Amino acid sequence: MIIGDLARQDVAQRLAGDGLGIRFGPFNIRIRSELASFAALAHQLYAPYPIPGEASFNDFHVRLARPRGLRRWWRQQVCFAVDGQSPFAPYTVEHAFPALEWGINWCVATRSHHLLMLHSAVVERQGKAMLFPAWPGHGKSTLCTALIHSGWRLLSDEFGLVHPADGSVLPIPRLIPLKNESIDVIRRFRSDAVIGPAFYGTRKGTVAHVRPPLDSIRRADEPARPRWLVFPRWLAGAALSLTRMPKSQAFLMVATNSFNYEVLDATAFSLVADMVDACNCYSLCYSNLDEAIRVLGELADADQG
Amino acid sequence: MLTRASVDSATRRAQQLLLDAINQPADLIRLSVADWELLVRVGRRARLLGRIEADLAQRGLLHAIPTGAAQHLQAARQVITHRQTLITWEVNRILWALAGSATPLILLKGSGYLLARLPPARGRVFADVDLLVPEEKIGEIEEQLVGHGWFKTEIDPYDDRYYRVWMHEIPPLRHSERGTEIDLHHRLLPRTSRLPSSPEPLLAAAQPLADPRLHVLSPPDMVLHALVHLFLEGDPDEGLRLRDLLDVHDLLCHFAQQTDFWADLVARAGALGFRRPLFYGLRYAQRLFATPVPTSVVQQLAPAAPPRPLLALMDRLIPLALLPEHPDRPRGRATLARWLIYIRAHWLRMPPGLLTRHLSHKAWLRLRGVRKRVDLAQLDLRQQ
Repeated sequence: MIIGDLARQDVAQRLAGDGLGIRFGPFNIRIRSELASFAALAHQLYAPYPIPGEASFNDFHVRLARPRGLRRWWRQQVCFAVDGQSPFAPYTVEHAFPALEWGINWCVATRSHHLLMLHSAVVERQGKAMLFPAWPGHGKSTLCTALIHSGWRLLSDEFGLVHPADGSVLPIPRLIPLKNESIDVIRRFRSDAVIGPAFYGTRKGTVAHVRPPLDSIRRADEPARPRWLVFPRWLAGAALSLTRMPKSQAFLMVATNSFNYEVLDATAFSLVADMVDACNCYSLCYSNLDEAIRVLGELADADQG
Repeated sequence: MLTRASVDSATRRAQQLLLDAINQPADLIRLSVADWELLVRVGRRARLLGRIEADLAQRGLLHAIPTGAAQHLQAARQVITHRQTLITWEVNRILWALAGSATPLILLKGSGYLLARLPPARGRVFADVDLLVPEEKIGEIEEQLVGHGWFKTEIDPYDDRYYRVWMHEIPPLRHSERGTEIDLHHRLLPRTSRLPSSPEPLLAAAQPLADPRLHVLSPPDMVLHALVHLFLEGDPDEGLRLRDLLDVHDLLCHFAQQTDFWADLVARAGALGFRRPLFYGLRYAQRLFATPVPTSVVQQLAPAAPPRPLLALMDRLIPLALLPEHPDRPRGRATLARWLIYIRAHWLRMPPGLLTRHLSHKAWLRLRGVRKRVDLAQLDLRQQ
């Protein structure tokens, strides 16, 4: 069963009651909220996501709640809470949706140390994963969004979840938060991309969420083997360049772009070493999205032989 | 509609799950998925996920529980192992930074349990290194640490004064690369405390570890310090730390194997003026963890009990403050109990005039909506 099977009324009722269950890759989330505006957006943007079965283990119980204290009476605010605790300052009520999305990412990043969590976008073609480890602002979300609207499957735009048992990458195909100029770039790139409303003036500027293609969401339990590590950088006006990167440098860049490399200690070292061993490593500099997509497609095609 | 009775029964269920997990870990394999889900939530709140993991791992039962729950326990274990490595290394670095100094360093709480290989270290999250040193050496040690990569954390002048003039420790020192913190104590309780806290007897009784510069408190002092810390520290949101009471339970069970331990403990509590905290500690450890305490000890401490009406009140308040609430159904009376316990702790920590000034300063900050300094590293640790 998926969220889209429920009437909007049902979604709102679940959110206001015992919570709406939703599955994002390996995680079951239970969401509670009494905001009508949130229910409408959740119904729309989460429609293709599965609802975990009744007997499933819920990993995170999250909630959008009105803050306590005096300030609630003169400003409409909303708090993200997990298990009744609010780790962040309140948000203005208009930003409830992005607040929840960030909050869920925070839960994953701070609580999922059974996996190695790389800070990386991951896409897949024919069972092989291409990872884009990058610092914020290097354009990985934009590139990743363009790729998944060009025949690649989305594993994640934020988390490279590496399973310690076999080094495979687990999908977590969440909504992709595009920021500022990227929103229009993607609208121009694919006019049929499903993009939610723009939220202006958030802590990260203007944000709008892209829903991944249905195929990516349906195949959220199919892991992939890492095959390419590409370190992207968008530079205005730059000519496209895709150059091989020494593996030693790639290793350092993966290890330093991780949420919990240090926490996993020797396990993380071996996982990253194995990954770099199994991957061709490149640095990519681009300004034209179509060109970048073409070159990466050719890279994947060349590898088939 | 949530009735009071249904909220109470949900809370009781959550609390019972947690206590049963600690007291009868072998029975955990019988829990349903829904029970596990609730246990992971309250266990995280009480920072006991690592303990539950350690107990199951010891019995080879991690594979016998639902995968979803096992993953959260495994995640907690990863963080704990990492913190143990960090803390051990931090102590090593402190010794390096203080090379040439003959001042004995007494490791308090977590780092002490870890380096002395005591049972409470099992599955426990260690936040930072707490050191007790002679007061006259504080300035010298602080300077040496600052010269070797640690820095004084930026706090507002009010808080700095609060620490330096009234407290039992100086503001934390943080390492510029590793981010780990050291709390330097010169006594166990604030200078302003109503309870006595002269550090000399503790320093004199401390016991050396393998490296003769490192010490831990003597067994009775360690128990008493854990109790004083439990009842007099803490914050109104978190309440009293169940984790700290479990440390006391572990220490009591461990040291009880030594002859004369109980007699020494009672005598020491008398000498240091901590008979009341010991009375409370044994009472609630027995109630929650069925800690075996000799009847003679209970009888010897009976005169340390507060007057009957006060004891009846504490019997209501302390469990409310110690045990985590159901995460979706927190009860107002638990919040109230935590505030009362917090005010009581402050009452014992400082004289009324000072207390009024301090609490009104904090209330003023709260009213203006100034948020407490949120330390992201500490926040992350609380997720395990």
